[in-house]
Amino acid sequence: MTDWLEKHVPKLVLAPSLIAIFVFVYGFIGWTAYVSFTKSRLLPKYDLVGPIQYEKLANSPRWEVALTNLAIFGILFILFAMVIGLILAILLDQKIRTEGPLRTIYLYPMALSFIVTGTAWKWILNPGLGIESVFRDMGFENFTFDWLVNPDLAIYTVVIAGVWQSSGFVMALFLAGLRSVDGEIIRAAMVDGISTPRIYMSIIIPSMAPIFLSSFIVLSHLAIKSFDLVIALTGGGPGYATDLPATFMYAMAFSRGDIGQAASSATVMMMIVTAIIVPYLYSELRPRHD
Amino acid sequence: MMKKMLMVTSALALGLATTAAKADPEAEVLHWWTSGGEAAAVKVLMEEFNANGGTWTDMPVAGGGGDAAMTALRARVLSGNAPTAVQLKGPSIQEWYEEGALGNIQDVAEAENWDELLPEAIQYHLKCDGEYCAAPVNIHRIDWIWSNSDILDEAGIEPPKNWDEFNAAAEKLQGMGILPLAHGGQAWQDATLFEAVAVGLGGPDFYRKALVDLDQDALKSDTMKQVFDQMRTLRGYVDDNFSGRDWNLATAMVINGEAAFQIMGDWAKGEFIAAGKEPGKDFYCSSPSGGAYLYNVDSFAFFNVDGEDRQAGQKLLAKLTMGENFQKVFNLNKGSIPARLDVSMDEFEFCGRQSNADLNEAIDNGFLLPSYAHGMALRGAQAGAITDVVTAHFNSDMSAEQAVEQLANAVAASQ
Amino acid sequence: MTDLSLNDAQMDERASRNRLMKRVALRLGLYVLLILFALYYLMPLFVMVVTSLKSLDEIRTGSLLSLPREIDFSSWGKAWSSACTGIQCEGLRPYFWNSVMLSIPAVAISTLLGAINGYVLAQWRFKGSNILFALMLFGCFIPFQVVLLPMAITLGALKIAGTIPGLMLVHIVYGIGFTTLFFRNFYVTIPVELVKAAKVDGAGFFRIFFSIFLPVSPPIIVVTVIWQFTQIWNDFLFGVSFSQAGTQPITVALNNIVNATTGVKEYNVDMAAAIIAALPTLLVYVVAGKYFIRGLTAGSVKG
Repeated sequence: MTDWLEKHVPKLVLAPSLIAIFVFVYGFIGWTAYVSFTKSRLLPKYDLVGPIQYEKLANSPRWEVALTNLAIFGILFILFAMVIGLILAILLDQKIRTEGPLRTIYLYPMALSFIVTGTAWKWILNPGLGIESVFRDMGFENFTFDWLVNPDLAIYTVVIAGVWQSSGFVMALFLAGLRSVDGEIIRAAMVDGISTPRIYMSIIIPSMAPIFLSSFIVLSHLAIKSFDLVIALTGGGPGYATDLPATFMYAMAFSRGDIGQAASSATVMMMIVTAIIVPYLYSELRPRHD
Repeated sequence: MMKKMLMVTSALALGLATTAAKADPEAEVLHWWTSGGEAAAVKVLMEEFNANGGTWTDMPVAGGGGDAAMTALRARVLSGNAPTAVQLKGPSIQEWYEEGALGNIQDVAEAENWDELLPEAIQYHLKCDGEYCAAPVNIHRIDWIWSNSDILDEAGIEPPKNWDEFNAAAEKLQGMGILPLAHGGQAWQDATLFEAVAVGLGGPDFYRKALVDLDQDALKSDTMKQVFDQMRTLRGYVDDNFSGRDWNLATAMVINGEAAFQIMGDWAKGEFIAAGKEPGKDFYCSSPSGGAYLYNVDSFAFFNVDGEDRQAGQKLLAKLTMGENFQKVFNLNKGSIPARLDVSMDEFEFCGRQSNADLNEAIDNGFLLPSYAHGMALRGAQAGAITDVVTAHFNSDMSAEQAVEQLANAVAASQ
Repeated sequence: MTDLSLNDAQMDERASRNRLMKRVALRLGLYVLLILFALYYLMPLFVMVVTSLKSLDEIRTGSLLSLPREIDFSSWGKAWSSACTGIQCEGLRPYFWNSVMLSIPAVAISTLLGAINGYVLAQWRFKGSNILFALMLFGCFIPFQVVLLPMAITLGALKIAGTIPGLMLVHIVYGIGFTTLFFRNFYVTIPVELVKAAKVDGAGFFRIFFSIFLPVSPPIIVVTVIWQFTQIWNDFLFGVSFSQAGTQPITVALNNIVNATTGVKEYNVDMAAAIIAALPTLLVYVVAGKYFIRGLTAGSVKG
């Protein structure tokens, strides 16, 4: 009996979390997928009606905008957050005397909720109130920065604020990576007279491949979940030019009372997530002998 | 053993007896009136409720014109834990009723004679299958043009009473280098503009056909094209930085003389008054709707709840909500006017009295119309489909023809 | 090579001076760059602080980004103890404690679960354990808007709807994925031989965890706690959906102050309230920031 217990203790310990995940993640995904085939409006209903919600979704210009925006936002957000995070980490790694305070400054946006930093950003980016008007007051009459109010460019302001919030965290990841690179190799390279940029380009950065993957995962999870950001900054506007799938789904479920439509958009979202995450998980977790 | 059981049963019986004897009214109220002035207005109701032996538990959730509150409501109902009373309005009351979530306060309404006191159009929103299931708090008028009196007086312009006058005034102001229209580019504000244009240009019948009955012919009509054309004209009167601007910042532009007009519901008045401006003197209110009146009625809907204390709470709350005192004090604070018609308007300021006079006239003429932009005319999915088109048109160079076509399609798809 | 008249010593001297100059210039450029970035990050905070110190009149009439004409701290007091979040005008104070009572146990429990899960998945692997780990990780990516409605039904069935324990459960469940990830990747770096040796000595599953693994865990505990605390403290969506009167967290109160729809907006109070609501997380970042990087360095970011 005790032997049996001893042998199975690891599984028993894992069991509660697994049960919770199976119910609260996979059960709920299943529930959502089911509801996406119903005509649920204000509250969920369980009579199946076929794929009409998906047909409606395919014909919705707003959903199309939301998907396009996710692509634009996702790619730029991940790219810039990584590049800026990496640059900051490398700069901070040069034995900077004020590293502590600077690091905190880069990191703090992660600590704030967007409910209000959104308002601050809205003012900063608004041409009449923020940067544009400050520069014009300073005498640069032709200075223009009106992305926030331009339907074609507004999504890029969402990128600016998103990168602001998340790049510090990526910086922390990279900084940690830089600090754990084997010092011996770098010293040997320096003795050989290899220049610092070359050392970074050809030795240090390639050795941080796992960190690129980790930050890619963290960032893509943030990109897909981006919701507060859009609501606080643009409210999805001008028009619905900055709608993302998450805001679309929320609007359908809660302000429009169209839960069936929301569930279908959620299911599509989950498929996108799966397409991104599963290959990563596979490559990360396939059996390795190291 | 026997003795113990006896004690338990008698304790149970006693407990039951006491709860039955004094079911102290209890109410948990979900609402989104959270700013200082609004909170002060609802507080009157809480005080009356508590003075009548009740216990009021406040459950405020602000944001997005009630979006966040509706999210919370849905979660509460699905978890079988509905609040006692909820700030709800328009067709969503009926929608919740159809989901089987709403209770009934018909006996209070009969005892208090609500049928006599409320305009018929508004009774319609408050009844579920002919019986009252919600109590009205106020009437907001949506189709107001607020104007800066200094600018208008200096330019020699009267407050516009239709869209032709408005356009003429705007052209004149533009010629003088004054920004005609302060507007915030958020979807609901675009929709507010749109419905004011629709009722003003098309008249009450057109409005009802297009935005209440969703009649395809009306939606595709030339009148609708004119409405979109007027929206395009209005876009020309707005500054370049309007996107995403909060409505109150637009109001501030009129207050500060940076713009002449704003088209907004009567809550904008609160901003003027807070800035020390006097209605009818420092700023004017006029309507472009030619006798029609777009209303938004806030109300408390009563959900199915267990427990006599909470049911008693619903009845008491319903009674007090329609009470003359609350209707007056609340609306003095809020900028709207009482839903009951017999409340004296003496203490209200100029624009409030104007609103009440227009309301009575509109009732007589049958021109009292529910606001689509504020969720009084249509269900959420339908109103949302229209707003998507309106805001997409206003914020792009879409032509009126395209907009009309998209509008008709979107409405058809949402039904 | 152009200046043939210079002897070697002179060339060396010149070269080293050049190098010094270049290094000073590089250093300077480095600091300028770092400070420019710092300005970009500080800009919104600057706007928030400045606005919170202005009077409402000044905000209404002046430029939003200018410095206050006179500093006025009253909005801070108001945000903390007398701003209206509904009928009650008690500021953020009561909600602050709700958030504390919610987040501390939720962070503790999800961290503990993550630690023990990570320990199993890193050191006590069994057939299929990697697949189970993958399934748990996938849970991190579910958009929270998707789970609101089924979660509400579930909480109702469990009879903990609207309570702080109910809200805690939600946060713990959706935190497990990340906490397990952090601990698992940390514990993977500890040699398997250690566990084998301990087993030979007769130590059991829990003995090994408590006497070997937990003592070396502080760096990763810091990372996990920071992550979880930030997530839970700043959460609004779950907080607003699964609370009722009396259990609402601080973000809901903040939202009620900031997002009033048809009332007069007090931007100074809004901004002060936002900063107050963020103080605990800011504090955690400032105090524990150093350990954060150290903890990440210690292994969580290695694949």
